[in-house]
Amino acid sequence: MPTPSINEYLIISGLLFAIGLGGVIIRRNIIVIFMCLELMLAAASLTLVAFSRFNVTDKGLPDYDGQMLVFFIITVAAAEVAVGLAIIVSLYRARQSIHTDELTSLRG
Amino acid sequence: MPSPFFYIFAAMMLSGGLMVIFMRNPVSSALSMVLSFLGLAGIFIGLNAYFVGILQILVYAGAIMVLFIFIIMLLDVKDEESHPRKGLAITAGVLIPVALIIQLAGVILTDDKSPSAPPLTLEAAAADYKQESVIHKKLSNGSLPDVHLIGRKLFTEYNFPLQVIAVLLLVATVGCVALSKKSSAPKDGAKPDKG
Repeated sequence: MPTPSINEYLIISGLLFAIGLGGVIIRRNIIVIFMCLELMLAAASLTLVAFSRFNVTDKGLPDYDGQMLVFFIITVAAAEVAVGLAIIVSLYRARQSIHTDELTSLRG
Repeated sequence: MPSPFFYIFAAMMLSGGLMVIFMRNPVSSALSMVLSFLGLAGIFIGLNAYFVGILQILVYAGAIMVLFIFIIMLLDVKDEESHPRKGLAITAGVLIPVALIIQLAGVILTDDKSPSAPPLTLEAAAADYKQESVIHKKLSNGSLPDVHLIGRKLFTEYNFPLQVIAVLLLVATVGCVALSKKSSAPKDGAKPDKG
């Protein structure tokens, strides 16, 4: 059975990244914006894993450097979500809102 | 029809991603995000990256989604109904990703002969590992010891980044505690709440 080619993986990864980017621009709820950031990170991970599988080393195994990078991306994303949500909670305490339209104190 | 699983999981991933944007309720968005990541994990497993696929499910569906839903319920956020959507944001949010996709498709479609995944030669790779090691046994049985290979690489070549990640997690933990602690010195003389 033929397997998908590298271009198909790159296309769906680009689509997922575009969906995440669109969500960051369109949505006003800061928690949903955070989720869309996670989608963009996941799209990058998909590219890395696809390249890892398609770049078979001389030994005949996948190139695990790409998967190591994905491992670190997942770890950093988890830490980032924890800190980001803590920031959102303290922001909500200060402003009673998490809508980006109402958070304008940094506007010049 | 080549490899239907790839298209099933890809459709799951992309529709989950779209639902994250179009659901008005943040809890539905969080659950759609999990749907999207389940599809992504399926694609990872189809790429022989079993460990990363399982890690994606465990971390995102197990930890991050729970954290998101916890915060959504804690904050008791009202729906976005009261906030009228801005036409400019929607226009930009459609046009910029579409421009990105067109660029990407333009680059990828110039390459009309893209390679399929090269086959893995597991039995040949077994010779590089010690006779009595688990990696050697599994490789010569024709199965891919994904976790063993990643663990080996993680603790040899990538040992220093691993230590740095440990420090990063510690810093994130301390940062979370510092951020969510209420300030002990209230400015206007109000009594600080417990917690």
